[in-house]
Amino acid sequence: MKTPVIQIKDLAFRYPKAGGICIDIQELNADAGDRLFIYGPSGSGKSTLLGLLGGVLSPERGTISLLGHELTKMTPPARDRLRADHIGFVFQQFNLIPYLSVTDNVLLSCRFSSRRRNRAIASGKSLLDEAARLLDHLDIAPELRHRPVTQLSVGQQQRVAAARALIGGPEIVIADEPTSALDAERQTAFLDLLSRECIAANATLLFVSHDRRLASGFNREISLPSLNLVQAEQEAA
Amino acid sequence: MKYLLSLAVRSAWNRKLTLGLTLISMALSVALLVGVERVRQDAQDSFEQSVSGTDLVVGARTSPVQLMLYAVFHIGDATNNIHWQTYKDIASNPAVAWTIPVSMGDSHHGFPVVGTTTDYFAHFHYGESAPLAFASGIPFAGLFDTVIGAEVADHLGYHLGDKITLSHGTGDIGLTEHADKPFLVTGILARTGTPIDRTVHVSLEAIEAIHLDWQSGAKIPGFSIPAEFASKFDLTPKEVTAILVGLKSRAGVFKMQRFVNEYHAEPLLAVLPGVALDQLWQVVGIAERALLAVSGMVVVVGLCGLIAVILASLNERRRELAILRSVGARPLDIFLLLSAEGLFVTLSGTLIGMVLLTAVTAIFAPLIQAHYGLIIAPKFISFDELGLLGIVMGISLLASLAPGYGAYKLSLSDGLTPRI
Ligand SMILES: Nc1ncnc2c1ncn2[C@@H]1O[C@H](COP(=O)(O)OP(=O)(O)OP(=O)(O)O)[C@@H](O)[C@H]1O
Ligand SMILES: [Mg+2]
Repeated sequence: MKTPVIQIKDLAFRYPKAGGICIDIQELNADAGDRLFIYGPSGSGKSTLLGLLGGVLSPERGTISLLGHELTKMTPPARDRLRADHIGFVFQQFNLIPYLSVTDNVLLSCRFSSRRRNRAIASGKSLLDEAARLLDHLDIAPELRHRPVTQLSVGQQQRVAAARALIGGPEIVIADEPTSALDAERQTAFLDLLSRECIAANATLLFVSHDRRLASGFNREISLPSLNLVQAEQEAA
Repeated sequence: MKYLLSLAVRSAWNRKLTLGLTLISMALSVALLVGVERVRQDAQDSFEQSVSGTDLVVGARTSPVQLMLYAVFHIGDATNNIHWQTYKDIASNPAVAWTIPVSMGDSHHGFPVVGTTTDYFAHFHYGESAPLAFASGIPFAGLFDTVIGAEVADHLGYHLGDKITLSHGTGDIGLTEHADKPFLVTGILARTGTPIDRTVHVSLEAIEAIHLDWQSGAKIPGFSIPAEFASKFDLTPKEVTAILVGLKSRAGVFKMQRFVNEYHAEPLLAVLPGVALDQLWQVVGIAERALLAVSGMVVVVGLCGLIAVILASLNERRRELAILRSVGARPLDIFLLLSAEGLFVTLSGTLIGMVLLTAVTAIFAPLIQAHYGLIIAPKFISFDELGLLGIVMGISLLASLAPGYGAYKLSLSDGLTPRI
């Protein structure tokens, strides 16, 4: 049996300065190529869960394993390494560093991970070629690539961010409401592009949103409130 | 690591206006600090080299500082004079190579008049043992000849061949003129940056001559000896105010000092000019040290401005830091990124400040030398200044860590989702 890409067991987390437990999840697994849609209302802990998966937040109890590496047993720098090597992130908005060009924003992922740099070079002919290829796939016209990123539309910015998340073939792509600033038409277009690229790279996609209508096109759909015991308790109370 | 540096530079370039302004204030404050230190150093050097090559300064017994004040700076009056016989005893001591007797008490438009011998022009040295040079003319030869310092000539507009009269006593107003015995300017000394520039030199005999018809500091009423008869009198000096002594061997200086201090016929004092000038600088150098402290504070203010600017930018950059975290930057990387910015600005600010200072000194050094006689050595940086800059860099290094630490804490608490 192959190791699951994501494996969460008996996970509990609370913010250091806040009072109560914020996340309490018994179990969550994902295999290579899975595309998970996780939905829940605002404040249900979606971003918090992604922070835990990224190794930026440390759980109070339980284990998180990514690709067989148990985050809770790793030092913080090792977790940063693991994130750099194996996870691509897309956020809600303002995903790009304003003083870098489009291409440099895409290549940012390769700057902190030699693994992703090598894989990107192996996939294209050079880093620049690979960045250009991904930007092509994500419908960013060549003439946009030398513009300051602040002159791109929000939709274009999100696609550049997606290219950054995908370059170097990370096993996991995590998207935190990347479409909430887009209109309905562009939302689906963006989702389709992202799904297509993840399928092509056989990456596990974790997509969180408060909008359940976006769930089509994913092969698993999870409601965070029903998964998170904290919410269940609160609702019971 | 290399990429972090390039990120820091590009991020700084992105905010070039605010950072540029802080850079300029940093550069200016560093230039000010080092400039003040440089002027202070050069002023001290030229002060402490007001006289050089002289082994002992001898006068009637008083405090060493006061002796230096009147013997070298021609400020204030001696309480007592030295008898001519004493001068001859010291001058004929086998350890002594040369002597310069000086006699003071008269003035010319506020500039002190010094009676001396032509040995003065042969043996007096200042700076790093520079001899006195004539800008024009020759030493005094005739009884009523005078050699004036550069400042005297400039300020009063004197030229060779001009006639000047001396006043009895020191000061500027209410003095009696030795109007009956005018002096001929035969020489003008080149500028030295020392009290010599402000001095009128005449022979010891001239001092005797102009006081022939004087007694106890006042003109004898109804009695006057015309200038042309003055040379008929015995003009051997009866007293001198101080003596500059050069020894055959420096090694004998303490023996000679003891000889003078224990002189039997009258109470004398011999001081080593280097030591006494150093003591004197401790007194007059306070103002300069205060100036240095003020410019040091200007640097601190500049540094505070810089840190404030970087800290203020931190909030706008929270998203940027979260993005960097998401692609794998460690909190340590974030810390370095933000610290590098402050360091980069102070480093280049310091460099620009030094270049600025070098340019300014190169342009203004001739002007300063002409007006103040202060010689500012053309140099980029001296060893002492390097120490000063080292302190500035050390403090700014520490200060730059503050925004770095702020960013570090922020990136830990923000994680991947900055809250703004
Ligand atoms: N840094 C923090 N410190 C303390 N509490 C926090 C912090 N961040 C989030 N929380 C709390 O944790 C809970 C979950 O927040 P989270 O951001 O994960 O929600 P979310 O599901 O992503 O919401 P949204 O859809 O609005 O983004 C909220 O109640 C929030 O108030
Ligand atoms: Mg969220």
